[in-house]
Amino acid sequence: MKNKPLPTHADVVIIGGGVSGCSIAWNLANQGQKNIVVIEREYFTSGATGRCGAGVRQQWSTKANCILAKKSVEFFENAQEILDYDGDVEFKQEGYLIVSSTPEETAQFKKNVALQNSLGIPSKLLTKEEAKEIVPHLNTDVINAATFCKTDGHLNPFTMTDAYYKAAARLGVEFFTYTTVEDIDAKDGAIQAVKTDKGTIATNVVVNAAGGWSKEVGEMVGVDIPVYSRNHEILVTEPVEKMQGPMVISFSQNIYCQQTPHGAFIMGRGDKDAPKGHDMSSSWKFLDEMSRTVTRLLPPIGELRVIRQWGGLYNMSPDHQPIISGTDALKGFYIACGFSGHGFMLAPMTGLLLSELILGKTPSLPMDDMALDRFEGKEITELETSVV
Amino acid sequence: MDPNKVIICRCSDVSLQDLYDLFEEGYTTFEELKRIKRVGMGPCQANTCGKMVQWEIAKYFEKPLESVEFHNMRPFTMGVKLKAIKEAADDEE
Ligand SMILES: Cc1cc2nc3c(=O)[nH]c(=O)nc-3n(C[C@H](O)[C@H](O)[C@H](O)COP(=O)(O)OP(=O)(O)OC[C@H]3O[C@@H](n4cnc5c(N)ncnc54)[C@H](O)[C@@H]3O)c2cc1C
Ligand code: FES
Repeated sequence: MKNKPLPTHADVVIIGGGVSGCSIAWNLANQGQKNIVVIEREYFTSGATGRCGAGVRQQWSTKANCILAKKSVEFFENAQEILDYDGDVEFKQEGYLIVSSTPEETAQFKKNVALQNSLGIPSKLLTKEEAKEIVPHLNTDVINAATFCKTDGHLNPFTMTDAYYKAAARLGVEFFTYTTVEDIDAKDGAIQAVKTDKGTIATNVVVNAAGGWSKEVGEMVGVDIPVYSRNHEILVTEPVEKMQGPMVISFSQNIYCQQTPHGAFIMGRGDKDAPKGHDMSSSWKFLDEMSRTVTRLLPPIGELRVIRQWGGLYNMSPDHQPIISGTDALKGFYIACGFSGHGFMLAPMTGLLLSELILGKTPSLPMDDMALDRFEGKEITELETSVV
Repeated sequence: MDPNKVIICRCSDVSLQDLYDLFEEGYTTFEELKRIKRVGMGPCQANTCGKMVQWEIAKYFEKPLESVEFHNMRPFTMGVKLKAIKEAADDEE
């Protein structure tokens, strides 16, 4: 991307060119906001967005995550037209099959499905035989039951972000890649300017959409955001003929695995022992565990060749729900982070809700469950359990 | 030769014309090209097309070849079956 010189002033400066930053930019511009600048340290999607599993699901165990995901799916279904995109966002709705390993896990899944159905999400509980009809190469010896939601699926993170970027750019948003925010000036409880390695931009509104580095961006203005980052590893195989429609996922077996429309299989798992921080390296441990897990649950996948492996940062919040919020202490400082491994699929709502907050409108959804101050002096009551 | 007919990345079926179009749209680094059109992300992991992509970026933007960043190489350089990795891991125990 060729960059022009930085402007000296902007009405809104967004830090981060991932899917969140680009969605926020488009949503603001689409509602008439002018003079928006997006600053990205590397290239678009260089953070978690371009490293993610490309999965979109509505089967969550907290109300906030369910609603955010459902409304986002409604946007994805029409994203191509709404954003008038010349590429292909590759939204494929062939479902998510979530398998349980024990009767206890199935009991939790029953509760999840009841919640999801009450919110209009068409998920259902399946026996393992029914699950095998949907994914014939599933090893039913290692599962207890499953849930399935047919409107979940896959979306291309690169082209989805590109679609937001292009639509925002057409509305006049200015984007600067390979530019790093080094500091933010605040005075008397209000934002004054953003300092980058390419110059300073005077502004009264800053959006922190810095993903795995959002805590550090908060520190620039003394706002403590209770999140941490951790490496999550993932791999991709060579592309093959279509053999699996839905994403297959298990929390207890620690795996998600899907075939992209392009034909390649993507799969990943978490490692609770991975140190907190910004390490994104690839390990043998991951490969060993991943190959074991996948050959056990989906045996024929073992025949596929791995062609690439990488890591990326999950930015974890205490209750595994995102922080989409303003800050009481500092006027003009807005935050979208703590997506806890599912911020790609929530991007449409992240952008809509945060833009409404910034523009002083009544948000489309109640946002108490997403507020920064929800953690202050409170027990965390609702912990999202449906995470890999 | 017609740039539409010159295939630069045969794994991901990307022609020279596709590269020119991306350059015009403002995507100028190898990492950006990879993400938009899967250039260099096929089974050969850019072992076939990598140098050509670098060369085309250099020519188009009239930059010295050495100044064009090569893409970020990740493991693997050749595909390995998941089953083979599992068996090797089992053997070690
Ligand atoms: C392996 C893996 C698999 C995942 N799978 C899924 C999935 O299947 N579905 C799903 O919904 N989510 C998934 N996620 C989570 C998802 O990727 C993230 O929640 C989402 O991409 C967050 O987007 P973002 O724009 O907020 O952050 P990012 O994409 O991380 O963007 C933040 C950007 O800010 C930039 N930045 C940081 N600091 C500065 C600075 N000081 N100056 C300028 N720029 C800066 C960074 O360079 C980066 O590009 C996965 C994540 C990982 C790592
Ligand atoms: S020819 Fe480009 S990745 Fe193989």
